[in-house]
Amino acid sequence: MYRSHVLVCGGTGCTSSGSNKLLSTFKNELVNHGLEEEVAIVETGCHGLCALGPIVIIYPGATFYAMVKEEDVAEIVSEHLLKGRIVSRLVYTEAISEDGIKPLSETNFYKKQHRIALRNCGIIDPSCIDEYIGTGGYEALGKALTEYTPDDVIQIITDSKLRGRGGGGFPTGIKWKLAKESKSDQKYVCCNADEGDPGAFMDRSILEGDPHVVLEAMAIAGYAIGANQGYIYVRAEYPIAIERLEYAIKQAREYGLLGNNIFNTDFSFDIELRLGAGAFVCGEETALMTSIEGNRGEPRPRPPYPAVKGLFDEPTLLNNVETYANIPPIIVNGADWFKSMGTENSKGTKVFALGGNINNTGLVEVPMGTTLREIVEEIGGGIPNGRKFKAAQTGGPSGGCISAENYDVPIDYDNLLEIGSMMGSGGLIVMDETSCMVDIAKFFLEFTVDESCGKCTPCRIGTKRLLEILNKITSGNGTPEDLDKLEELSYHIKENSLCALGQSAPNPVLSTLSNFRSEYEAHVLDRICPAGVCKALMHYVIDADKCKGCTLCARVCPVNAISGKVKETHVIDQDKCIKCGACMEKCRFDAIHFN
Amino acid sequence: MKSLDELREIRERMQSQVSLRSEDHTQTRVVVGMATCGIASGARPILAALAEAVQEKKLDNVTVTQTGCIGLCQYEPVVEVIEPNKEKVTYVNMTVEKALEVVDLHLIKKEPVIKYTIGAVTDSAARRK
Repeated sequence: MYRSHVLVCGGTGCTSSGSNKLLSTFKNELVNHGLEEEVAIVETGCHGLCALGPIVIIYPGATFYAMVKEEDVAEIVSEHLLKGRIVSRLVYTEAISEDGIKPLSETNFYKKQHRIALRNCGIIDPSCIDEYIGTGGYEALGKALTEYTPDDVIQIITDSKLRGRGGGGFPTGIKWKLAKESKSDQKYVCCNADEGDPGAFMDRSILEGDPHVVLEAMAIAGYAIGANQGYIYVRAEYPIAIERLEYAIKQAREYGLLGNNIFNTDFSFDIELRLGAGAFVCGEETALMTSIEGNRGEPRPRPPYPAVKGLFDEPTLLNNVETYANIPPIIVNGADWFKSMGTENSKGTKVFALGGNINNTGLVEVPMGTTLREIVEEIGGGIPNGRKFKAAQTGGPSGGCISAENYDVPIDYDNLLEIGSMMGSGGLIVMDETSCMVDIAKFFLEFTVDESCGKCTPCRIGTKRLLEILNKITSGNGTPEDLDKLEELSYHIKENSLCALGQSAPNPVLSTLSNFRSEYEAHVLDRICPAGVCKALMHYVIDADKCKGCTLCARVCPVNAISGKVKETHVIDQDKCIKCGACMEKCRFDAIHFN
Repeated sequence: MKSLDELREIRERMQSQVSLRSEDHTQTRVVVGMATCGIASGARPILAALAEAVQEKKLDNVTVTQTGCIGLCQYEPVVEVIEPNKEKVTYVNMTVEKALEVVDLHLIKKEPVIKYTIGAVTDSAARRK
């Protein structure tokens, strides 16, 4: 029995900022004070506020310590744990109010969040199956096996209107129904944990923070469609997730929650892990299954869909990690509970990975229909350095950029499509006025060119050509015709590619072209980059009114591009200038500008 | 594990542990003064005993926590019971035995143990003078 719990975040973000050292230091300090019998140390999954890691939360009271260093631990133990005095200098500043420490749930970052998929992340010890059971874990599996028929389960999921959280937003219930209706002696349940979108890490956090929820949901799915074997396809770059999943599978087998005759019924189910080698295309369902089979991860045409002919040519159900994380709560609380959240056609919540020019980078889970403004300004804490919001990129390389004009559109599957983006897996990269939209499109195209598997021509060659045109524009050699070419080629790639990778690869180009066309035009017509990112289009100029002729700039210029006499205005030779910026940095009179 | 009952058994056993991490403000709070004065007069075993008793008896609506010096150093160890929408009750000169009595009578049966409260103790001290 412990009187207090110290939760140390062991997610990837906090681990990389040193949380594992905190664990051992806490243990030593507790022993030094003779508190090891009274205070429990719990290594948890991600709390979401990764920007402030390593994070330590002490219960009771939920005191939220941010950016804790090894040398702070002794003070926390002797003050907070021994004497009950909160070490306010280490408390997350948002949580400090005039009348003392605010509960975590009332801080801006957490206030508007509603956690379903992430409900246990950062709360329970992911390596302890008992803690998962203590928060109601495996109750849904027990309920499904003993009280519901497979058809009942599918009906509940269908009624809940849950849609796939991995990208496409396909109704989960229909997917399950199709897999159930396929006749075969052998079926499979797969979990797509090959999270590949740059900037998205919600699946990793769920696997690290609450691995049992995925196992439980897959077993429920197995019962519903009539499968006895599951595979989790997880990328090898997620070592902490893999370790915790392996341990969770072992524990679940020991408890008989995986294996033969679960809960004394005739339902048997087991799960194995398969590690992906890191190819983005393996997140595509047919490529993923080909890879599990041991072959090179390449997509194949559909139909036949996996529900009919999938892994090892047998009917297969494939869902994403976050989708699975919603299943047990729906079974326990019912479809109506889930349906009560969200918008007309997008129910429940969605996890977003906030990144880019935003104060609170991290993971947030909000009801569908929350506006971009609420996410960025309130939960995300706004944009640093007083800059203005310019755009948000959602859906990773398959998605698009939302402009400030759509700041107040409620975010759900359909609205995002309408404004030229998509939900994707939930990466949300915020950009301020210093981001160049052509450059952003180029960044994502570089990614898809690298990750195109090469099997079909439109994707392999088309994306390469798209990138070449973008390079031409950002290097100052673009023409107005290039913009039309970009558009035309984009449509060809979308229409003719084999899988979703190619079909969605031009989206970053198309959405920036439609929402920020003037910026493209500035690049090709006026040969300027309004955001000041594309170096080839930038010039350093010396303001004649401010220049005192001190010669400092001319002396630091590495290519002797600056000329001028002492006490006379200096001039930069644009042909020689390599745009290193050394002159601007050194000028003491603020006379050199970038335009 | 072969039955739902077994699962629920584990769940009940763990629930009191995990519920320590809830942030429910409708909870009754039991606060132990744990400044130097409190610790010196033996607050630590009291805090531990209270936490254990509350978890053992599955008092899910009770949070045991600690605080700094309440300012009544000569009456330490001090334990306060704060129930939602009720006057705070302050127990003084506590021992482990008295604390367990408070758990049984005040927290479970909802009858504050008047004789250990600060009012009763200071009154009798005044009478002695």
